[in-house]
Amino acid sequence: MKTLLKIFAAAAALAMLPAAAPAQSAASAPAAATKSAPPSDAISARSQAAPAQPEAISGPNAGAAAAATTPAATGPAATNLPHASPTPGIGQPDGRIGFQDQFTPIGREALWFHNWILMPIITLVTLFVLLLMLYVIVRFRRSANPVPSRTSHNTMIEIVWTLVPVLILLAIAVPSIKLLSHQYSPPKADLTVKVTGNQWYWTYSYPDNGGFELVSNILSEADDKKRGEPRLLGVDERMVVPAGAEVKVIVTASDVIHSWGVPAFWVKMDAVPGRLNETSFKVDRPGLYYGQCVELCGARHGFMPIAVEVVTPAQFAAWVKSKGGTMPGQAKPVNGDATATSPITNPQPAPAAGSQATEPTSAGTAKPPVTSQSQATSSRGI
Amino acid sequence: MTDTTANATHFEAHDAHDAHHHDAEHVPGFFVRWFMSTNHKDIGTLYLIFAIIAGIIGGSISGLMRTELAQPHIQYLQQWAGAGATMDEATHLWNVLITAHGLIMVFFMVMPAMIGGFGNWFVPLMIGAPDLAFPRMNNISFWLLVPAFLLLLGSTLVPGGTGNGAGTGWTVYAPLSTSGSTGPAVDMAIFALHLAGASSILGAINFITTIFNMRAPGMTLHKMPLFVWSVLVTAFLLLLALPVLAGAITMLLTDRNFGTHVYDASGGGDPILYQHLFWFFGHPEVYIMILPGFGMISQVVATFSRKPVFGYLGMAYAMVAIGVIGFVVWAHHMFTVGLDVNTKMYFTAATMVIAVPTGIKIFSWIATMWGGSLTFETPMLWALGFIFMFTVGGVTGVVLANGGVDNNLHDTYYVVAHFHYVLSLGAVFSLFAGWYYWLPKMSGKMYNELLGKAHFWLFFIGVNVLFFPMHFLGMDGMQRRVPDYADAFAYWNHIATIGFMMMAAGMVFFFVNIIYTLAAGRKVGNNPWGEGATTLEWTLSSPPPFHQFSTLPRID
Repeated sequence: MKTLLKIFAAAAALAMLPAAAPAQSAASAPAAATKSAPPSDAISARSQAAPAQPEAISGPNAGAAAAATTPAATGPAATNLPHASPTPGIGQPDGRIGFQDQFTPIGREALWFHNWILMPIITLVTLFVLLLMLYVIVRFRRSANPVPSRTSHNTMIEIVWTLVPVLILLAIAVPSIKLLSHQYSPPKADLTVKVTGNQWYWTYSYPDNGGFELVSNILSEADDKKRGEPRLLGVDERMVVPAGAEVKVIVTASDVIHSWGVPAFWVKMDAVPGRLNETSFKVDRPGLYYGQCVELCGARHGFMPIAVEVVTPAQFAAWVKSKGGTMPGQAKPVNGDATATSPITNPQPAPAAGSQATEPTSAGTAKPPVTSQSQATSSRGI
Repeated sequence: MTDTTANATHFEAHDAHDAHHHDAEHVPGFFVRWFMSTNHKDIGTLYLIFAIIAGIIGGSISGLMRTELAQPHIQYLQQWAGAGATMDEATHLWNVLITAHGLIMVFFMVMPAMIGGFGNWFVPLMIGAPDLAFPRMNNISFWLLVPAFLLLLGSTLVPGGTGNGAGTGWTVYAPLSTSGSTGPAVDMAIFALHLAGASSILGAINFITTIFNMRAPGMTLHKMPLFVWSVLVTAFLLLLALPVLAGAITMLLTDRNFGTHVYDASGGGDPILYQHLFWFFGHPEVYIMILPGFGMISQVVATFSRKPVFGYLGMAYAMVAIGVIGFVVWAHHMFTVGLDVNTKMYFTAATMVIAVPTGIKIFSWIATMWGGSLTFETPMLWALGFIFMFTVGGVTGVVLANGGVDNNLHDTYYVVAHFHYVLSLGAVFSLFAGWYYWLPKMSGKMYNELLGKAHFWLFFIGVNVLFFPMHFLGMDGMQRRVPDYADAFAYWNHIATIGFMMMAAGMVFFFVNIIYTLAAGRKVGNNPWGEGATTLEWTLSSPPPFHQFSTLPRID
């Protein structure tokens, strides 16, 4: 009976996953593509549209292998990255008691702060309270101490148990404030990626590389298995970044609040419609790192994973090319994303050819300029 | 100074007997007594019954959630969502469950039980007053809760976006609660909060007026029992915090229905404004839920240590300090919304400051027991459990207070573990301590000690098995509010569900004990707890007369 239920549930889970719902996507894709300004039922229209996107981008035969294929219009298939497989115990949960291994400087600092300052202190405080209680329970039980004392004041000890916690908290506060200031003063970014949360998928755009945009949907359970990825964590289009590069992440959302985070990077930033939040990370070790949407965003909140693939710079350049983008220094497409040339998001002087005059800080609700490749998705995503 | 009322006993007993005799004839008939009540004890009883019913519903919902989470994959949600439900409707149902569990436990279980139930029952008794200052307002405070609860329950039956019911989380964040949830469910939930909030504001006014004006002669503020202090501080928090919530959710309503854009960025509003308003209410709210518990634990610990509370003034003003600081730390609930670095540093530091008065309370309770003559009746077991478990929840709070560390823990199960340690193992433990402590006074009959202890031990072990593994899940990265999780989280989730079952088994003893007590409990006199119970309620008969203190007691 139980197995039967599980099979039923699994089948149902498959049915809701985007890549395995061809009927739904066939029905909604054309409608969504032509819909430029959704009417009052915008949310439902968008949620219908979302699952259609992998197919819309990668062609009719895409289905499961959506991510592996490239858009017909751009580069040869040879430039595709082989899909890196996850390493057990790295960049994904493994049921351990403790934080995931950290791969960013901030992550290592925060982990050290937690493991070597916070944990010892809170463990000692808890054990101290426990021992006091056990002592009191044994020593002052009625049979051991039939006549209670009437002591109800001791100014000295009251001062001590006020001041000692203050000192302990100061000992915590100093490294804590230091950690915060480090988190907020990252080195100059080598690459900017704009992350947009949508119900219920992520889009990644690369303003420094021609502004191409990727739509990242959850993989079906069967595809997870096929690719050796953990269930619920695999996505069709990963966010790809070069190793050793300081990656600035601009986070926003198109509908409701989401939150973009990767536990192994110690990074988490809410994706708020109308706001551009900024965070950054630098990872030296190539590999695959998972996260999940961390802010309740509706029915499929638990089903919009994040996968960041860190590759060598050479692989990154090849990957960018395969997506129809350009590396900095190369000529940029005329319709490049405004943020790519904005002095705010990209302090390097860059050829401002054809850059749009829109103010980048005018927030995520402004429709970003789009390349021809991402047209279909952006018109719906915003 | 701290031994507040021992001297009042000698003449009060006589007075109480008199009052009982006199008023026995004036108890109104059933309908008038229970539906049009102006008697603080009857209204307190109504509140307690209401809280128990709400607790059964809210607890059953957590049972549903733990059942679904026992194993990876979605197993039951689709059946629960009804025949032919889509997967979106099923996962929406999950969001409805977490929303309902949160709102019910906060607004319809803990608050009514603590403030409405025990506050109503024992504040007038402890300060030597005949009733609350505004008895009819007290009545409407209670009866506003009933339609509020019905609205919330009813909201699960009407459309709320992807499925029936409000699936916004108890925080009702915009824009998920505005443009993200079509249909009347969220409106109904908001109205429920409005009514519950109005109920609490009226109650707060009543308690403040009563405590300031109706204390028996000689009972100065610094002689009030600590439970009364805790209700006084709580009432101020309610009075200052709830109007902010009311305003915030009213603007949600206008955003939803009347085309305003207060929280809508595309119209010049800001979704983060809602979070600031909500948590300006929401953080004091967590102290509203725990402060009366502090008060009850102080009474219980002093009673069963047979010793006055240690550092009475420090205890009272620690609660005042917690209440004041509680208003200036709200944004630690928003560490990942994109606060600037100075804001984050301030809220990190301010939040950690709360650990100081909380530490004073923990150590003062231990010092109260130090040198005492301890016995371990059921209320004392709950109080001891409270002190230790609240410490555990408190230190994880210090971890979360660090904005830099919270980056990884925010909205994970670590947070769920933390706030269940301070609420489910804190506030609820204090409720059970108060329940067993005062049940003989309220019913006139003694509960069964063996059943009470079985309840405690099963519940204590159960909730620890249930919530402690959630720390591990959170550190490993499991996010909150999801019906399904990566397979790596399966083990600890399974353990947690086993813990829930132990806790539920413990609750069986609670209900059996209630039935036993009311049906066959041994009758008790004025003070079943002996020399340690020194507050005024123990000078009255058990149960107290319908009207008490027609002649005011005098406190020396």
